[in-house]
Amino acid sequence: MKLIVCIKQVPATESKLAMTRDGTDIERAGLTFVVNPYDEFAVEEALQIRERLGSGDVTVLSLRSHAVQNPEQALRTCLAMGADRAILLSDPAFDGGDNYTTALVLAAALRRLSFDLLLFGKQAVDDDDGAVGIQVAELLGIPHVAVVNKLEVDRQNKTVVAHRQIEGGIEVVEAPLPALITCQKGLNEPRYPSLPGIMNAKQRLLEVWNRETIEIASEAVGSGGAELKLVRLEPPPPRPIGRIIPDDAAAAVQELVRLLHEEAKVI
Amino acid sequence: MANPILVFCEQRDGRLKRVGLEALGQACRLSKMSSSDVVAIVVGSSVGSLTQELADHGASRILLAEDPALTYYSSELFTTIVADTAKALEPVAIMMGATSMGKDLAPKLAARLKSALMQDCVALEMEAGGSLIATRPIYGGKLRAIVKAKRPMMQIVTLRPSVFSPLKPNPTPVVSVERLTVSYESVRPMARVHEIQQTVGGKKELTEATIIVSGGRGLKEPQNFKLLEDLASALGAAVGASRAVVDAGWRPHSDQVGLTGQTVSPQLYVACGISGAIQHLAGMSSARTIVAINNNPNAPIFKLATYGIVGDLFEIVPLLTEEVKKLKAE
Repeated sequence: MKLIVCIKQVPATESKLAMTRDGTDIERAGLTFVVNPYDEFAVEEALQIRERLGSGDVTVLSLRSHAVQNPEQALRTCLAMGADRAILLSDPAFDGGDNYTTALVLAAALRRLSFDLLLFGKQAVDDDDGAVGIQVAELLGIPHVAVVNKLEVDRQNKTVVAHRQIEGGIEVVEAPLPALITCQKGLNEPRYPSLPGIMNAKQRLLEVWNRETIEIASEAVGSGGAELKLVRLEPPPPRPIGRIIPDDAAAAVQELVRLLHEEAKVI
Repeated sequence: MANPILVFCEQRDGRLKRVGLEALGQACRLSKMSSSDVVAIVVGSSVGSLTQELADHGASRILLAEDPALTYYSSELFTTIVADTAKALEPVAIMMGATSMGKDLAPKLAARLKSALMQDCVALEMEAGGSLIATRPIYGGKLRAIVKAKRPMMQIVTLRPSVFSPLKPNPTPVVSVERLTVSYESVRPMARVHEIQQTVGGKKELTEATIIVSGGRGLKEPQNFKLLEDLASALGAAVGASRAVVDAGWRPHSDQVGLTGQTVSPQLYVACGISGAIQHLAGMSSARTIVAINNNPNAPIFKLATYGIVGDLFEIVPLLTEEVKKLKAE
């Protein structure tokens, strides 16, 4: 079984973020970057499927979406976890794209590879879009199941049955292979790379593919091909200054309920 | 007349989701800029009875796709229905709620129509030419991005639930209802929903709740969540949890608020025994009113709280439940 996992490198979730002076990006110097947490579930799931079936190979694919980014490091982390092959899509023409151009580039690369199952994280925790995986499935003309927290692969019948988290329940979805899955927390517990895995991953060759490798026109991708333009970033609106209600517990609770009812008018 | 705004109004089991009416309300406010028609589209197996509610909430034209094959959500069938409708109508924008269905449908639709896609918007304006300018939280709510679509055509937006308000219902005669004919045989549903397993106990859904009572490690034991369930039941609230207690296996992942969990925007968020890690704060900082109950006066949650009580939650929460019950009884 051929498994391909698409991953993205993002700032660690505990990062405190500041904006650049022109307000169009975050300050990246000094930040710790990691494999997107949801993508770790995707890598882990691919490794577990390979282990369960006793055969198959796991390829990880990443797109350099920003000049100041180190996707090589993220790909090596996945190799250290146990992936067999790593491909980096890197070309200045890809810079400044949006969800659509990202999906175009990934789909163009994926058309050059053979696969039974594609795995993505349910969203990257930087853009919080949750769009690219689904867009890739549509561009490739294959089924997808998004936000999956349980997955069974039936190799005989060439199908997957996936549990997808929805409001107040679970949708049980069956799809024929090849298919694309986006992974939600709860699917598995991602492993830590082993020390020999880390040492080994350092020696491994990363394949680098550029625009010419995937034969895509430069005007179709990057900022030129994007349908969206970033106007600026801004901090979330400041919260009104709060207050601590003093007094003993009983009196404080009475005052709290009065404030919620009369001042905030939320109960 | 300018090109219309198409609003996909989600329904489940023959009931409209509130967020669909919120999207309809925002479409009506935007349509004043462009004097566009607001067209509602509803897809499902039993949707004929929903037309009055849609008209009362601002839909000037209603499109129904009704078929037993549409009982469950199918990304392939729903995308084909909405995309074919959009190709005929040429709407300036296609709007829907950022629900599990909307966030699945919108990207597939955007890829098929080669459209700009703005997910999970918390503010939305339209320029004179029809281009949308959207504000969307990024980095788990630590920042917001203001993005603009380059072309004022078929711009696809999903709106975060509970942020936009529906129009006040105004009794309106239903003037224009059209039934869409879809040849379902020609569309192969590539992924098929077999069944929906309901979460037990008819629990309130976090992303749809107007009030959330949430607990963290300060509760000390998983069974102490009973205190929060009692308070939630008095308030008509959903129960949420911090990542720490979800990772410890005390609560299911679907209860987790914050990065790698749910992002919520309720009217009232009551944080009990949650210190307020940056990942948690990101997921709930857009709540309108925040109450924090914690025994550590230096807990970061107090920086965000509208009202805080420093003290023992095991004493305060039961008192609060009683006070709320008294208020509701009045």
